Amino acid sequence: MNAADIKFTRFAVFANSVVPLTLLAWDAFFHHLGPNPVEFATRTTGVLTLVFLVVSLAVTPLRQLTHTPWLIKFRRMTGLFAFFYGALHLLTYVWFDKFFRFGEIVADTFRRPFIFVGMTSFLLLVPLAVTSTQGWVKRLGGKRWQRLHRLAYVAAVGGVFHYWLIVKADTRIPYAFAAALGALLAYRVVKAYQTPMKTPRVTPN
Amino acid sequence: MLIKKPDEIKGREITPPETYFNRRNFLRGAALVASAYATGKLYRQFAVPDAPPQSAARLEGVQPAAAGVPVVGDPRTAFEDITHYNNFYEFATDKSSVARRAQGFVARPWTVKVDGLVQRPREFDLDDLLKLAPAEERVYRFRCVEGWSMIIPWVGFPLARLLAAVEPLGQARYVAFQTLHDPKRMPGQNSSVLDWPYVEGLRLDEATHPLTLLASGLYGQTLLPQNGAPLRLVVPWKYGFKSIKSIVRVQLTSEQPPTTWNLAAPDEYGFYSNVNPNVDHPRWSQRRERRIGEFGMRDTLLFNGYAEQVGPLYAGLDLRANF
Repeated sequence: MNAADIKFTRFAVFANSVVPLTLLAWDAFFHHLGPNPVEFATRTTGVLTLVFLVVSLAVTPLRQLTHTPWLIKFRRMTGLFAFFYGALHLLTYVWFDKFFRFGEIVADTFRRPFIFVGMTSFLLLVPLAVTSTQGWVKRLGGKRWQRLHRLAYVAAVGGVFHYWLIVKADTRIPYAFAAALGALLAYRVVKAYQTPMKTPRVTPN
Repeated sequence: MLIKKPDEIKGREITPPETYFNRRNFLRGAALVASAYATGKLYRQFAVPDAPPQSAARLEGVQPAAAGVPVVGDPRTAFEDITHYNNFYEFATDKSSVARRAQGFVARPWTVKVDGLVQRPREFDLDDLLKLAPAEERVYRFRCVEGWSMIIPWVGFPLARLLAAVEPLGQARYVAFQTLHDPKRMPGQNSSVLDWPYVEGLRLDEATHPLTLLASGLYGQTLLPQNGAPLRLVVPWKYGFKSIKSIVRVQLTSEQPPTTWNLAAPDEYGFYSNVNPNVDHPRWSQRRERRIGEFGMRDTLLFNGYAEQVGPLYAGLDLRANF
């Protein structure tokens, strides 16, 4: 992959990531979201958040398994899209469900586990979005930055749990997300045990 | 005077055609379009499916509502919305898919067995059952436990008329209802999301309350499959799941009968399940509701606005403990 190819692929990933938003807006404009448009928009942005979280977490394993180091170029973008769709998801609740009655939102957050878990998971994504720039990687130092960004796993687990909590009976989709996340976590754990501590090797000249 | 000549573009700066119509650029464009198209297609798989309008047979001779039935002033929910936003797990767990999945469900012939603690147990053919009393139009509020509501012009007659026909015995205190159990016709029953068949129950005084309706139609037409064809219960002051659909059996009992959602999650769905803005569902508030077709939220009313009519049924009952 040369620089131009990577530039193009980034553009393509970006374009694909805004396709769902474009179609959601299109359908909303043409009254194609069904009898309960707010519910549909809330659910869709929520599911998209989980999709992008899983995709961003899949980048590293995929990169290692397929020996395609350039994939790393898409981790930040897909992660930021997870944050973006998460923010939209939260906005649909704050606006269309609660109409900015902040007192009620706070009370709801502490009374209802599923809102508490969702809220917490989203808040965990905020520092990750803020520190997603190269500047912050330098400022924090690679090791610390990496440790901070493991919070993405916590947020994803929380997000799936939040989804599972709200489903009345048909838990197939939350379980599918849980399975994907479980596989990604298992990969990391196995990898961590397989890779021995890096010790400087003395190479004869 | 010097007239500036336009800058000449040097020949070597002109992009050669073989670069301009570069194979690479073409491939990139194609990849972009194809991937965006595929993403869009994938998204559409999960979006709201197209809802072809459906209609059912017109019902003749429908009477206006009986005297004493409260008049609902709010506009009626659109027929399209009533018929394309359904909780009916026997067909699909996704509300917007039920109409499509239920299409082709044949509700004839249909019999309803009414037995248990009654003087005259009987298996009714649907047509005979519908002749027990004149059908009337009842415009009721309908409030789902999930926090949305509709205004539905049902067609039917009071359940009390059916019960009177079988003459309940003195020991009868409850009425149990059962939905058809036939996974071939109701494919959702192949999955184990709920225990099939769907069962519901009412106290006998609730069942014989004049507002409790045995509905066979809405908007002047017979019920479409997604709305519980050919015969369903409508208990307007209780959450929607109490209004059991596609009934095949009614049984009078002395003990409180089991109910499907209560079995699935006893701490979330009680036997009574009366609409009550002051008693939250454990996972969400019941204070407000979204009326389908409206953008804002409405305040939920105690007993769904039927407190005056049904409040006396629950005099002295702790509504928080008996949710």
